[in-house]
Amino acid sequence: MTTATSDDHPTRRDFLFVATGAAATVGGLASLWPFVSQMNPDASTIAAGAPIEVDLSPIADGQDIKVFWRGKPIYIMHRTKKQVEEAQQVPLSDLKDPATDQSRVKEGHDQWLVVIGICTHLGCIPIAHEGNYDGFFCPCHGSQYDSSGRIRQGPAPLNLAVPPYAFLSDTKIQIG
Amino acid sequence: MSGPSDYKPSHPALQWFERRLPILSLVHSSFVAYPTPRNLNYWWTFGAILSVMLGIQILTGVVLAMHYTPNADLAFRSVELIVRDVNFGWLLRNMHAVGASMFFFAVYVHMFRGLYYGSYKEPREVLWILGVIIYLLMMATGFMGYVLPWGQMSFWGATVITNLFSAFPYVGDTIVTLLWGGYSVGNPTLNRFFSLHYLLPFLIAGVVVLHVWALHVAGQNNPDGIEVKTDKDTVPFTPHATIKDMFGVAVFLLLYAWFIFYMPNYLGDADNYIPANPAQTPAHIVPEWYYLPFYAMLRSIPNKLAGVLVMFSSILILVFLPWLDSAKTRSCKYRPLAKQFFWIFVVVCILLGYLGSQPPEGIYVIAGRILTACYFAYFLIVLPLLSVIERPRATPNSIADAVLAKTGSKSIPMVPTVIAIMIGGGLLIGSAQNARAEEDTPPAQKWSFSGPFGKYDRGALQRGLKIYKEVCSNCHSLNYIAFRNLADPGGPGYSEAQVAALASEYKIKDGPNDQGEMFERPGRPADYFPAPFANEQAARAANGGGLPPDLSLIAKARSYERGFPYFIFDFFTQFQEQGPNYVSAILQGFEDKPPAGVTIPDGSYYNKYFPGHAIKMPKPLSDGQVTFDDGSPATLAQYAHDVTTFLMWAAEPKMEARKQLGFQVFVILIIFVFLMYFTKKKVWADAH
Repeated sequence: MTTATSDDHPTRRDFLFVATGAAATVGGLASLWPFVSQMNPDASTIAAGAPIEVDLSPIADGQDIKVFWRGKPIYIMHRTKKQVEEAQQVPLSDLKDPATDQSRVKEGHDQWLVVIGICTHLGCIPIAHEGNYDGFFCPCHGSQYDSSGRIRQGPAPLNLAVPPYAFLSDTKIQIG
Repeated sequence: MSGPSDYKPSHPALQWFERRLPILSLVHSSFVAYPTPRNLNYWWTFGAILSVMLGIQILTGVVLAMHYTPNADLAFRSVELIVRDVNFGWLLRNMHAVGASMFFFAVYVHMFRGLYYGSYKEPREVLWILGVIIYLLMMATGFMGYVLPWGQMSFWGATVITNLFSAFPYVGDTIVTLLWGGYSVGNPTLNRFFSLHYLLPFLIAGVVVLHVWALHVAGQNNPDGIEVKTDKDTVPFTPHATIKDMFGVAVFLLLYAWFIFYMPNYLGDADNYIPANPAQTPAHIVPEWYYLPFYAMLRSIPNKLAGVLVMFSSILILVFLPWLDSAKTRSCKYRPLAKQFFWIFVVVCILLGYLGSQPPEGIYVIAGRILTACYFAYFLIVLPLLSVIERPRATPNSIADAVLAKTGSKSIPMVPTVIAIMIGGGLLIGSAQNARAEEDTPPAQKWSFSGPFGKYDRGALQRGLKIYKEVCSNCHSLNYIAFRNLADPGGPGYSEAQVAALASEYKIKDGPNDQGEMFERPGRPADYFPAPFANEQAARAANGGGLPPDLSLIAKARSYERGFPYFIFDFFTQFQEQGPNYVSAILQGFEDKPPAGVTIPDGSYYNKYFPGHAIKMPKPLSDGQVTFDDGSPATLAQYAHDVTTFLMWAAEPKMEARKQLGFQVFVILIIFVFLMYFTKKKVWADAH
């Protein structure tokens, strides 16, 4: 550190100083870990984020409901025939974030659209059944999504995300 | 801060910055080139230790505030959830709670050091007074922090301490109402205490800056109490003092870690694991150990106002110390009489602390009055008188001479003093623990979870859960345990599927549904064990007026006095199984007929180990009541052992993780202490 360190030969003193400094650094860094880790979701939050079941039977043709999973609004839309056809017939070349309607719904359950209702622009909640594409309209910055939840117009870069879910029966899904 | 610095950074960018804000040269002159007396002993490392402790308290405190809820209905639970659910929450909470005690321990060593070596004398009066201000702020901060968990001791401590101000005539009640923000201690009190508890540490940090500033203007005092004369008397702060301080800090961290990982509840009070109850005062109210001497003085004065004034003046008198002791010689090393009186004073303080923990009756009150008189006599009679009559020995000409001579009176020997202080501190701490008058102390039992490598016995946990489900849960809730906890590492060791199956056996109230009605559904792993009664009134009505306590924390919320000298051994043996011993003893302590001369009221039952012996709970467990699948004997002793193990896990679910991490930390810390020791020796090789 200050005295008697030779430039040419590492001395025992150098080794001791390096070892002590290294131990202090490693110990210091390791003890920072709990302070970072505590910021992550705690065990009760994780447990509360377990999958939920939703009964689809009360949702009539053309209606939609909003449920919450992990604090996020999930749109479950019972699409009309017209909406399904519109969604299926759009050429992929018209889409900013190309994806077929089939890839966004479960096979055999074409009428059900399940998307996370959070605009991919900056996180506002789009309004269902508004906008020019029979889908969603985000009031914050004017992004418009079609009846498959795909971005068609406005500043949002991506389609509305599809959460992990599965049909337990024809009228019941499990989200998560 | 010793004149303009000639420090010049080598990098042009730093030079550019330095011309605009000379902070680097400030740091360099204050903490690198600063000349520090070469004869400082290890008692001087406590300044650095205190800085580190303040930093740790602020850091852990800010983090805990991210998870804490300052609301009278939610505070207790939020603290429990920090410990149970937040990643490393148990560690952060232990660091903060134990850290407060360690902070006070270090500040007392620091203050006694200043007292012994005369560090308050001219020209360091302002430095000393700033220190007293820091101490006062620490006391206020520590008190308000202790209120935040909103347990029984929190609540009643807050009540008693705020009521001190009611002693002042005319304005007293107004002040108390102002402090409470209500007609009694309640939610507004908790909220403002939280706010102030967050604020005050930053004020402390500000005054610490002034304290260090004043220190660097006057220069450090030293064990010989003589001023620095030439460069030969000093060594540069870095590396000499920094390395020595770091070694001191590392050794101190060993003690700190011992409490954090192995004895987190040793310094606390079992009653504070009972949620605040404005309707019932704990049998024996004691403050935290670091306030005990002042508490003793308060109680020994029979007049309310006089007691409060005596208590406040016992601290404020420190402000006048530089003028009460006008002796020219600073260090007690060269003051044979002052030295003896200093040690008597230390003993007086420790004894006052012991008295503060004892019930205020009989001989304790008289002793308290005598010792209070001794405390004040030291400042008001002994020190002024010694300044006049004492003939001090000659001090060395210079610090360099003192170091070279190595003669004369030795400085305070470190190791024996540390041991003495630890025993003395243990006396205070141990005596602060629940001092319930019990004739029958629960017999000590063997627990698989005791000691530094203790683990819960999985079989006992599973059997204990069965007993809880079949017997205890008829009356007792288990509010802080969720079904998912049964699959947590360090717990009963069920699989997630088993937990899901177990949870689904329970009916959980949920809702409201779309019709606005509450409904019942099968339990999920995230649900908590449902309580047997809808509310406290229902529970009391069904149990003859008694309230069956929640069992989540019962194994930590019950204790008994260990008595001298056992609580000192407990520090070394890590004994902290009073709670389990008590719970197990209660379950086995029922007797059909009370002994002759003891009458038990109707609706109560005789229990040998229950304080007062009349317990509202009928004998809950008898031989053969629960059958085990694993062939364990169906005896009361086995039941008591298993259900107590389960309840200990419920109270301290992260114990295995705590002890495991503790072992790793100790291995690393011990290696680091050795490395620091040799580094310090090398660095100082040319200074001695």
